Parts: sequence; C-alpha cells; structure tokens
Amino acid sequence: MRPRIGLAIAAFGLAALTACSSPAQQPSTAAPAGERTLTVYSGRDEELVGPLLERFEQESGIRVEARYGSTNEMAAQLQEEGEQTPAQVFLSQDAGALGVLANAGRFAPLPPDVTGAVPADYTSRDGSWVGLTGRARVVAYDSRTVTAEQAPGDIRTLVEPQWRGRVAIAPTNASFQAHVTALRVTEGEDAARAWLEGLRANDVQIHQSNGAILEAVNSGAAGIGLINHYYWTRAEGDPTAQRAQLKFGDPGSVSALVNVTGAGILGGAAGSAEALELVRYLVSPVAQTYFAEETTEYPLVAGAPQPTGAPALDQLGGPELNLSDLASLEQTVALIQSVGLI
Amino acid sequence: MNSAVLVACVSAGCLVLGVATAWLLARTRLPLPGLWWVLASLPLAVPSYLVAFAVVTTWPGTSGLLPLTVVLVLACAPYVTLPTAAALRLADTGLEDVARTLGRGPVRTFLTVTLPQALPAALAGTLLAALYTLSDFGAVALLRYQAFTWAVRAAFEGTYDRIGAAVLALVLAVLTLSLVAAERAARRRWVRGRATLATRTVPPVSLGRAAPVAAVGLAVVATASLAFPVAVLLGRIVRAGGVDVDWARLGRAAAATLGLSAGAAVLAVVLALPVGTLAARYRGRLVGAIESVAYLGHGLPGIVVGLSLVSFSLAAVPGLYQTAPVLVFAYAVLFLPKAVGATRAAVERVPVGVEEVSRTLGRSAPRTWLTVTARQAWPGIAAGGLLVMVTAMKELPATVMLRPIGVDTLSTELWQRTAAGSYGAAAPAALLLVVLACVPAFLLARPR
Repeated sequence: MRPRIGLAIAAFGLAALTACSSPAQQPSTAAPAGERTLTVYSGRDEELVGPLLERFEQESGIRVEARYGSTNEMAAQLQEEGEQTPAQVFLSQDAGALGVLANAGRFAPLPPDVTGAVPADYTSRDGSWVGLTGRARVVAYDSRTVTAEQAPGDIRTLVEPQWRGRVAIAPTNASFQAHVTALRVTEGEDAARAWLEGLRANDVQIHQSNGAILEAVNSGAAGIGLINHYYWTRAEGDPTAQRAQLKFGDPGSVSALVNVTGAGILGGAAGSAEALELVRYLVSPVAQTYFAEETTEYPLVAGAPQPTGAPALDQLGGPELNLSDLASLEQTVALIQSVGLI
Repeated sequence: MNSAVLVACVSAGCLVLGVATAWLLARTRLPLPGLWWVLASLPLAVPSYLVAFAVVTTWPGTSGLLPLTVVLVLACAPYVTLPTAAALRLADTGLEDVARTLGRGPVRTFLTVTLPQALPAALAGTLLAALYTLSDFGAVALLRYQAFTWAVRAAFEGTYDRIGAAVLALVLAVLTLSLVAAERAARRRWVRGRATLATRTVPPVSLGRAAPVAAVGLAVVATASLAFPVAVLLGRIVRAGGVDVDWARLGRAAAATLGLSAGAAVLAVVLALPVGTLAARYRGRLVGAIESVAYLGHGLPGIVVGLSLVSFSLAAVPGLYQTAPVLVFAYAVLFLPKAVGATRAAVERVPVGVEEVSRTLGRSAPRTWLTVTARQAWPGIAAGGLLVMVTAMKELPATVMLRPIGVDTLSTELWQRTAAGSYGAAAPAALLLVVLACVPAFLLARPR
C-alpha cells in the first residue's frame, strides 16, 4: 500500500513537471540540424519590435528566439548571468542601460559599417553598441486645465509654485533617469540635485511608468507629466483627441533631450554571423522605415522617413551631449535616492 | 516604516473582515448559502493590481495609505475567511453549549470559547495576508504608496548595485521572520486549540431581521473586489473601440499558465508535507526554524527571488536554466508558506491519539501517516495546493525572468500590453486570467 501511494505521488509530480517542461524544450529539440537560430533579449515591448523580428526571420531564414522584459530588469539579469548568458543580442530601450553593460565589458565590438550608419551623437563612442531610434523627452499636459502656452518648455520651471502637486514623474523609469543624467552632465551635479529637491518640495506625484503618467494626465489626476513622445503618438485611438497633449522642450536645452534605443552583441556571441546579421538589419532602411511608421520613433539612419505627428528630429535641437555620457546611471540613481524620490 | 504601517493596517482589516465573513458563512442561516461561499473566495482570483487599476481609473488621482489598505484588504481577506470558516464549521460546539449552560452570554461565549478554536486558522491566514502585503508591488505602485518593495525594486533595477539591493532585501527578510515569530507568539498566547475528530455539523444560527443586512454586506464586498474590476476592464475594451484578440496566442498563454501553476501546486504540496507535519506535531526550536525559513520566500519581492534563482540555477543546473522545472521550483519557493500553513492546520486537527491507536494495532509509522493522518487531513492539504496554484497564476516578476524563452503566461501577456500603454488590448488577457483563476478559487470554496 505505502510504496504504491508514494510511487503514485512521485509519478504525478514528475508527470506534472515534465508536462510543463515539454513546451520549454520544443524550441531546441524541434530545430532541425543546420537551422540558424538567434537568441535575443529585448528590453523593448513585444508589441513594438515583435513584428519587425518576424520580418527579419522571413527575410534571413534565421529563427529568432526572443525574451521580453523591462530594460532595467533585463540588464540586471544579464549582469547576473554573466558569461553564461544564453543571449546573443540585447535590444535596449535606453542608452543608459547599454552604457552600464558596455562599461562592464559585456559587449563584443561592432564593425564600423554598423556604428558608422548612425550619427556619432546617437551611438556609443567605442563601438560597443549602436543607437537604433530616437525618442524625445516631452511634457504631456492636461489640455483642459493647462494651455499650450502655459505648458512649460523648460522642465527646470516645474519646481515653481504654480505646479505644486500637479507634476507627475516616474523616478524608477530608465528614461527619467537618463533625463536626470543628462541634467547632471550638462548643468552640473548641484543643479540636478537642486531640481530634484525642488520637485520633491513641490509635492511631485510619483508613478511607476510613462504609461501610468500618461494615464494620470489623461484622467486629469496630473496637470503635467514627463514622458517619451511615442507613448502619446501610439495611444489607442486618435492621439490628438486625447485630453493629454504634448509640448516639446525648448530647442538646445536639456529639456529637449533625445534618448535612443539601441542594440549590442553580447561578448559570448562575438563572431556570430546571425547576431551581426540582425544588428545590420536593424540599421537597414527597411527596419528604420518600420520604426518611423509603426512605432513613431525617430529613425537615426539618414534618408529614412520621419514619424508623423511629431516635429522633425533636427528641429528638436537636443542638448550638446553624446549619449555614451549617459552611462553614469549609478550616480544618478544614488542622487535620486539621496533626495528621497525613490 | 511605511511598509510596517501598511502591513499592520491590512492585517487588522483582513482579520476583522475575514472573521466576520467566516462567521456569517459558517454559523448563520443565509439565503443561498453556497453562493456566498463562492463569492467570498473568488476575490483570490483577482490580482491586487487589477483592483488598484480599477480604483485609479474610476477615481483618478487616488493614492495613499487608505485606498491601498482597502484594496489589499479586499484582495487578501479570503486568506483569512476560508480557513476560519472551515475551522468554525468543525469547532467543538460542546464547549460552547457548556459555556452557555453555565451562564455566559452568546457574545462572551463566542469571544472566549468559539473564537480561540478558530484563531489558529485565522492567524495563519492573517500571516499570509501580511506577507502578501509586504512583498506586493503592483497595487503599491499604482496607488503611489512608497513602501519598502519600491526601494528594493528601484535598487535592483536602477543601480545594478546588487549588494546594496541585497542589503535592502535582507531587511525585508528580517521583517518577514519577525511577522512569522509574532504569529507564532500570538498562537501560543491566546490559542487553546484542541484536536478533535469533529463529525457533527454545527447548526446555523438564524439572524432574523439582520439576515438581509448581512447578505447586503457580503454582496457589497463581493461587488467591490470582483464585479468592479471586471466592469472597469470591459469598459476599457469599449473605450479602445473593441480589440482584436489573438485567440490562438491567448490560448497558448492560458495553457502555459495552467500547466506551470499546477506543477507549482504539486511541488509545493510535496515540499510542504514534511514541514507542515513536523510543525503540527513537534514544537522544538529546530522545527520552528525550519517552518519560519519556509515563509521567507513569501515576504520577498518576486524580483529578488527571481534574480537569486537566476544565479542559483546557472550555478547548480545550468542545463535547466530558463526551463519550466526551474520556474515551477521558483513558484514553489515563493508560495510554499501557503501550502505549509494549510498542511499544518490540517494535520493539527487530527488527534495524535488516533495515530497512536493505529501504531498500537501494528501499522508502521509511514503507513499510519498515509492511511490515518493524510486521509483525515487531505482536504486541508489540497486546499493549500489550490491556494498555491491560484497565486502562481498571478505571479509576474519571477515569471518574466525564468520562463522558457518564447513561452508566455497570461500574466506576462497582460504586463506586456500594459507596459506599452494599451490598457484596452490588455483587458482580454486580464479577464481570461481572472476566469481561469476562478476555477481553483471555486474549488477552494466548496464547503468541505
């Protein structure tokens, strides 16, 4: 009696485990010999890059196995995995995470024809990663309570009393952190600290993501929110019919920061033809056009079309800044923490 | 500090709401009794972040301690209600009769005789609610309350300074252990629980004119925790002008969710049996320590357990990294306490004397355990498994890190849509998740 029941329990447990492990093994066992595969960690949403990766699969015959997560979580995971990572290519939502991984020596160098396709300001200095698309930091304002003229083109004015309790930020979000890093690099540590302290003293609303901020502005819970432009242009339904409207930062100031998404090849995949083929594809006209038309981001390669509903990239007039300088993310997070916003 | 206040408020709220609901369910005559059992347990199927999302959408700008407490109490009360109601049904009413005969009033009898019998179950449930609150991130973030998990997550995500983050997580671990210790102390101080082979069903009390009031109260709670979030989700679909649903994809995600969470339930029960049995039968320091450690995983944010399992599985079983067994193991670690608590409470109810009789009559110890103890205790043990299953379905951070490449569960599906800001497109996955999770929650509600 006893062994039988024990056996039955063990068999049931095993069956349950193997039953759910079978889908896991499918990709590797189903792959016929000689098929080319590629493992990608994507810190960008599947809705945004999934269709593009499918197109790449059809055109190249390489099967892409993609793992999706948030950029910061994926970067933390890549650090934890170290040399043992199964990832060959990392797609990042922001330059800061790429810079941190590059400084940790995780990337294999990219060939000059890839890094040279993108203007030097929007890619790494040492060729460890390449910028793919630009996204402008913008102010989203509630058009029912704030007029276009009142909406600030200079984020430094958000510490003024008229915005008390009405500003929404996402201090744990990579894009906000990159913006603070840019402020530190261009205006100095003291100015950045003073700004953050001013925000805190001004009862700033703390949200977890750009999406949550846009939601707050659209529902009137916040008057002003700091987000990336494409959250607005990609909204469900007609973006211009939303309660939230956009104000682009004053040209030439740090308020007009253009951050980039980018890609890097992990050290373990150095020399992988498939990895290089994907990165080349991402800076090709086909992929760059896709980004402009489908995700409404700014293509970085010359000659690609511009997204509709947003001013042209060269008219934004971002600050004098190389995006490799955004790698000092740790100091930024330490600053935000010491001010008490996270 | 914020976390401590929040945990205290939510625990107190869950204890009061849960015990009150449990008493109504188990001891009073209500119209449609089966319906109320089901309604009281179904909130388990609704992730707390969905309730929070519904609140934020309906009353923009809601934030802070009070609304967050309400949301978490609604989400966590079933952890207290279900075990307490079960205990009240089985409680020895002979004692109550004696108390009444000797002249104690009904209220005092309830407080001094009935309640202590149900308290172990209620406290175990409250501990689960407290730990859930301690590690919750979704609802906390949506309602913008700066609890400790927020800092831990920010440290892990932003700095890649994993030592600093690990120190923060350690603080949470200490908090968890002190909550477990507090629950144990409370159990020892107030509880005079006795094991009985209860077979008599307690006759329900008639509430008379108060019955409709009680029914309305239960209905309001059910509406707030169930109907309200579902209605808001449907509203978002309408607002987005309808959504295209990729049914094949959603089906695959649902199948993965079911398979993984069922595996987690089985594994958690297997792991919990020895711990729960030991804790029920022996009161040593070592046993206490083993039991407390089993609770650790539950008080830590998923991202912490997820990242530590990343490095652990790469070091121990690199071949299995990012396969289903490791993810199932992660779920089992995270939600082990639910199975342990249920197993302990169930085994405690089996009188030691019965086991001793079986041994005297010549049955071996393992056989006695299987044929006597387990046979009596299995409904409680199975309930623990179902509880693990329903929670594993809703888990997100560890799933994102450890799931096999290319596999989506309903919770990752939901997260991917909301991350891109498409709340309307996220609604079908959310609704399907709630519907699926209702199945184990419904099974839990079946009066035993």
